[in-house]
Amino acid sequence: MTESDRPLYAPQNFLLAGVGGQGTLLAADIVALVGVALGHDVKKSEVHGMAQRGGSVTSHVRWAEKVYSPLSAPGEVDYLIAFERLEALRYANMLRPGGVALVNDYRIAPGSVTSGGDTYPSEADEASVYAANLRALHVPAQALAQALGQVRVNNVLMLGVLSVFLDAPESVWREVIASRVPARYVALNDRAFSAGRAEGLRLL
Amino acid sequence: MKRLLSGNQALARGAWESGVRVAAGYPGTPSTEILETFAPMPGIYAEWCPNEKVALDVAIGASYAGARAMAVMKHVGLNVAADALFYAAITGVEAGLLIVVADDPGMHSSQGEQDTRRYGKFARVPVLEPSDSQECLEMVATALELSETFDTPVILRTTTRIAHSYGLVEVGPDRAPAADAERPTYRVDPTKYVMLPGNARRRHPIMEDNIRRVAEAANTLPCNRIEPGDRSVGIVTSGAAYQYAREVFPNASFCRLGLSYPAPTRLLAEFAAGVERLIIIEEGDPVLEEECRLQGLPCEGKSIFPLVGELSTETVYDAALRAGLVDEQPWRAPVARAPQARDLPALPPRPPVLCPGCPHRGVFATLRKLKVVVNGDIGCYTLGALPPLSALHSCGCMGASIGVAHGVALAGIQQHNVAVIGDSTFYHTGIAALLNVAYNQSRTVTIILDNSTTAMTGHQQHPGTGYTLQGRPTPPADLEGLVRVLGIQQVHVVDPYDLESVETTLKACLALDAPSVVIARRACALLPEARKQYRPLRVQADKCIACGTCRRLGCPALTKSDELYAKTGKPKTVIDPVLCTGCEICAQVCPVDAILFRNQLDDSGGQA
Ligand SMILES: Cc1ncc(C[n+]2csc(CCOP(=O)(O)OP(=O)(O)O)c2C)c(N)n1
Repeated sequence: MTESDRPLYAPQNFLLAGVGGQGTLLAADIVALVGVALGHDVKKSEVHGMAQRGGSVTSHVRWAEKVYSPLSAPGEVDYLIAFERLEALRYANMLRPGGVALVNDYRIAPGSVTSGGDTYPSEADEASVYAANLRALHVPAQALAQALGQVRVNNVLMLGVLSVFLDAPESVWREVIASRVPARYVALNDRAFSAGRAEGLRLL
Repeated sequence: MKRLLSGNQALARGAWESGVRVAAGYPGTPSTEILETFAPMPGIYAEWCPNEKVALDVAIGASYAGARAMAVMKHVGLNVAADALFYAAITGVEAGLLIVVADDPGMHSSQGEQDTRRYGKFARVPVLEPSDSQECLEMVATALELSETFDTPVILRTTTRIAHSYGLVEVGPDRAPAADAERPTYRVDPTKYVMLPGNARRRHPIMEDNIRRVAEAANTLPCNRIEPGDRSVGIVTSGAAYQYAREVFPNASFCRLGLSYPAPTRLLAEFAAGVERLIIIEEGDPVLEEECRLQGLPCEGKSIFPLVGELSTETVYDAALRAGLVDEQPWRAPVARAPQARDLPALPPRPPVLCPGCPHRGVFATLRKLKVVVNGDIGCYTLGALPPLSALHSCGCMGASIGVAHGVALAGIQQHNVAVIGDSTFYHTGIAALLNVAYNQSRTVTIILDNSTTAMTGHQQHPGTGYTLQGRPTPPADLEGLVRVLGIQQVHVVDPYDLESVETTLKACLALDAPSVVIARRACALLPEARKQYRPLRVQADKCIACGTCRRLGCPALTKSDELYAKTGKPKTVIDPVLCTGCEICAQVCPVDAILFRNQLDDSGGQA
């Protein structure tokens, strides 16, 4: 199956996945606003539930001339941006053939692993999923962000990686990021974005 | 410029633009952000009420008095407010009355997925159903106009997907501040507003006539529209289902209903006449389908598409493909169906859990130890039902715990049992049940988990917190005083971080032959004041015997260490310093004192 089988109106689909507290929703906000700045119709969808920390968090973002469903269907996602390795695996089936998974090389063990009988998936498990006609790129975002002095910017760093795959001008990303983070963290996030871009160009 | 707004934000903006003056509600996912967005807007009044029934009465009162009003709740909230809905339907309104009700197909955070559109038909109240954020904004105006034109409250039904999805919205002009200063005069009209049977008998046919007139108007309402296309399949749809159907049937003819009750009979008949196969795609109950059938229009709906759960592009596509309504769309052949992915072992889930430092944990750890039956309620603490705590044994609807526990005790069971209820839930619908316990001198022990917030829905204020929705300070309800005044003489306050006092107090209360209340008081660990007290604890690895007692508290901060205990070969415990708040519950259950208490730690987190 080739790219050209997809209808022309097919949107550009992003799925962001992480664990509560990792900044997944802020990253999704930025991807959505970049789409708006580029003049697309944009929809974004997330499910907030409980106030607790530590649950699985996802957000869908779609850019197109006209977006209907706010959710991408399995097999429709172009870019999976995952902030944690298990969450990447959980949503890998959302990717279209040839889709790209950008995976923060970071593990957070769920409760059923730390206090129950479950095991965290092995690298062989991961390889078997990503072999399915997907492109998985592991990004040491946690370490790179740590080197910038603040692990929390790993989310914006991952967007820097994503940006090299897309046509959007770099300046649009930087403006949107500056508009969405507190003033005193703008410079730090800008540096994180640059670090992500450099890493993205290396991986590309 | 267009703004990217969630359905909830767009609803709030719409209410503001449309001159809603008074808004009242009770939090509930996925409706909560509507009032949180509306409350800071200029020129309006908004409040949290103890429950949805009170909120709807407040909105009805404002409407009777001539101010446009809105009540906001989640679907099950309308069960609580149903009595008010029915009388407002029969009295009608003075100024526009909007009731926003958020359904939760798929039960992302609810105990059921009842379809609010049924209430529309039951109470003879029109129901609007937006399909995206833009329509959320526009339909507020439509609702208020319908309400005033046809003398009826109007329900606006959203769903989780509409409420929490963002789309581009063209906002309208800002609200004119001048109108906010006007003081309405209460128009006295007992025949309309005093529902003594004589008046109610006169009002009932008027109500029936009004809803017939709405049905007539529905045929030409702009939000009910035909989108012509290929005539072989004609799709009648509403709400979020419209969006999924549009993706799966890009070329079909559509009849998109924005007003899903009452149905526009002429419009539907006209549409049906022009298509070969009439297909109804709706999320939830077969409401539109039944309306079509009542009109004698041959159609298919729930025989093809799921009745249960949330719809999505893939469920609509799969069902349509099976029914031969669409050809295969190869780009939808998901990777999920590729053989490689199928071989993967099931992935460990990441369900919501009680947070590190959650004060509820201390109570559930003790209840588990005492092996009592726990009749629970709805809130974060419902998670006490999950392993490894597994210490909550029933949970139905808000406020149910106390009545259920009393009933369980009346059945004369062999075990002890207790009711567990959160503070916000107690103010919501627990008070009357506790009054019953006091009145009938039940032996029930009621534990009120007072974390001074409505944590589950994202930390809203409530009558016990000392602040209103709009941030005004207010005298906090005196919980102990309230409980005593209801007739409970045995009232104890404990700190749930102090396991020993929780246990001794509970044991004493269980032994009593009289009703008792235990208030477990400690602020939610996510509140800003509590966050300031965080101090991560540490396990002394050389002392840990890898018994796992601490990990059976289900605290996410306690994880298996790479280091094994030599005697058993089992993993010791480590504490994640990023997650640990230092509540010390684990330190109290450790049989060998391997976990250091706060006062045993030095500044670097080592032993003092
Ligand atoms: C009738 C009804 N209204 C609203 C809700 C949504 N809801 C579930 S639990 C809850 C409040 C929980 O607060 P509290 O009792 O204080 O417990 P906490 O979450 O703070 O532990 C709310 C508002 C619901 N389930 N049912």
